[in-house]
Amino acid sequence: MEEILPPLLPLLVGIPLLMGALGAALRKSKRARHIISLGTLSALLAFSILLVIATHDGTVLAHRVGFWDFAPQIAIPFVVDALNSLVLMIICILGITSVMFAMATHEARARFYHPFVLILMAGVAGALMTGDIFNLFVFIEVMLLPSYGLLAMMGAKLGAHGARIYVSVNLLASTLLLFGIGLVYATAGTVNLAELHGRAAEDPAIAVGAAVVLTAISIKAAVVPVHGWLTRTYPMTSPAVTALFSGIHTKVSIYAIYRIYSVMFDGDDRFLWIALLVTSLTMLIGVLGAIGEKTTRSILVFHMISQIGYILIGVGLFTGLGLTAGIFYLLHHMIVKASLFLSTGAIEETYGTGEIDKLGGMAKREPLIAATFMIAALSLAGLPPFSGFVAKFSIIQATLEQAHYWVAAVAVLVSVFTLLSMLKIWVGVFMGKPPEDLEDRALSYQERMHGKRYLRVQAQAENPTLTIGPPTATMSAVLSGERAVKVPMKLIIPGAILAAITVFFGLGAELLMMLSETAAENLLNPQDYVEAVINS
Amino acid sequence: MSIAIAVGMLTAAAVYLFMQRGMVRIVLGFVLASHAANLLLFAAGNTAYRGVPYIFTSEYGEGGDPLPQAFVLTAIVIAFSITMFMVTLAITTTGDDDTEDEEESPAKVLTAADTNDVTSAKVDTSSTGAVAAGTGGADASPESPVHDFEPTESDVAGLDDDVAEAPNADSFGDETPTAETENETPKDGGEK
Repeated sequence: MEEILPPLLPLLVGIPLLMGALGAALRKSKRARHIISLGTLSALLAFSILLVIATHDGTVLAHRVGFWDFAPQIAIPFVVDALNSLVLMIICILGITSVMFAMATHEARARFYHPFVLILMAGVAGALMTGDIFNLFVFIEVMLLPSYGLLAMMGAKLGAHGARIYVSVNLLASTLLLFGIGLVYATAGTVNLAELHGRAAEDPAIAVGAAVVLTAISIKAAVVPVHGWLTRTYPMTSPAVTALFSGIHTKVSIYAIYRIYSVMFDGDDRFLWIALLVTSLTMLIGVLGAIGEKTTRSILVFHMISQIGYILIGVGLFTGLGLTAGIFYLLHHMIVKASLFLSTGAIEETYGTGEIDKLGGMAKREPLIAATFMIAALSLAGLPPFSGFVAKFSIIQATLEQAHYWVAAVAVLVSVFTLLSMLKIWVGVFMGKPPEDLEDRALSYQERMHGKRYLRVQAQAENPTLTIGPPTATMSAVLSGERAVKVPMKLIIPGAILAAITVFFGLGAELLMMLSETAAENLLNPQDYVEAVINS
Repeated sequence: MSIAIAVGMLTAAAVYLFMQRGMVRIVLGFVLASHAANLLLFAAGNTAYRGVPYIFTSEYGEGGDPLPQAFVLTAIVIAFSITMFMVTLAITTTGDDDTEDEEESPAKVLTAADTNDVTSAKVDTSSTGAVAAGTGGADASPESPVHDFEPTESDVAGLDDDVAEAPNADSFGDETPTAETENETPKDGGEK
């Protein structure tokens, strides 16, 4: 296994790229694009599960792309250990569920939707596996370019615009990353992570370059105080795209922070207080920002920032328990956040709005969505028996172990606020009486997004006597009869799958905890990583 | 030294341009900033191996290091593509931020020029692909903003098709529902 797998690693990048190109070439057939997309994502998932199994005992797989034997330091290494194989596995799950959701909302019918998603996955796989910081920059760009397309495409469809801010901020961060890489190369003479092992801890000049790199990646990870772009762009696209992005972009950046700090700084504890200060601020400001928001998605996006703070506590502590908890939190968070985006997104896609004031009574109307949301929301807030409880408990335990009581206090306080925010969505969207014009708005939205035919099929299925006249007559007919608007099952399933996974990770936390522990050990002892790259 | 000064000046100019309102100025700022980053990479390759402080690798040779030049080449391609995308955004979108007064924005100016003949302003979505598709560039006209998705007469007529298709389907690609169902059924019928 250890001989066969490493040369196959470039396939994780190559296959989605190729399939993305194929999908773009298939102009006529939507169904062929759907099959290609889901098939490729499932293959990636299978491969990443294989990688998780291969690395679960702490093995590090490394491959020099192109078999450069005469100049091994020039070849780009692809390295897989427990951490990035786990992250890749979860990202593949998110990719599949969000594509399922996008197919249900019909936005995946757009010719470039699937190709963009596949190229995005290629960039993600590359960014996770690469052992070279310049190559990391390249793969982050490969990941971002289709994201710009997706964001602009779906944002325009909804009449919302966030693409300018998104592109500008990301390009600024990328340019800064390039500056940092230039500085690292100028001072260390290499951009290969394995060769940079521990150099930033020894040499302040390299540390400055590495700090610029970490700052740039922190912008992409939306760490306070450079988080503003996230909350202004993620709600400005379709729920499927928000769910996909929430699990990918910031999380790949967080992975990069973990990896670079582990390898380049060798976990140097002189700088950890900066990380702890920043993460505490991130937790606090993220959760406070959510209070003033009015739509489900913008509340959830602010919570995402606050959760990023929790995840980065792991790197701020840099102890075995801290890293284990941080990695567990990262994996749990990707699943739960996407589940929340998809379940509230299903309501948004059906009823035409995510504004809390304009919704209500969904618990009675849509019991399945309500259950899905409840599970994920409680998991996010950190209540047992869901994965969020294990994640938060171990994070707080790790901070107490290091006697960082104020960080633990912030973490507990923020969980209370998180629960309050989730209750706000619950009360606003799921409880109470639905507003009078709920169906009205839902119908006009459906009509706008899917055309009259779609609506007619849906309405007539529930109310066969319905005859379709002009829009206003349609609406009054539906309103006087049985309710015609209901979230279709295919919109519920993706979020429910993810909610089921969070229950599984909560009840069977032992398994994921064990894997996270292996990943943390790999981060604590980057020697294995370095040796694997040099001997590959 | 001259590279250091050039990097400093380019960065300063870029930061000044970032501060301006107006997408085109910001795009120009990014052009300058990426030049600064590229020059920095060049400096890393050429001077780091010639006895400059911080590093003791002069035995690597006297010549310049080719690796940063490869970096620069890659970075130029990436920066160029994103710049193009940003320029497109500058033209096709309005109202997503407060970078510019409505009247001065390129979208306004360009569409105002096309007031006389709106149809000629239409962009070929099939060839420009995602960018035009995403930003609704095809429907740009001063009266109806580029993102206006209110169905037009022809859209409404098309809605009574047998295929449940988004009203703006034409802006997502060039597939026509009828042609597709005909083509697809024999090919993919058994695959699902």
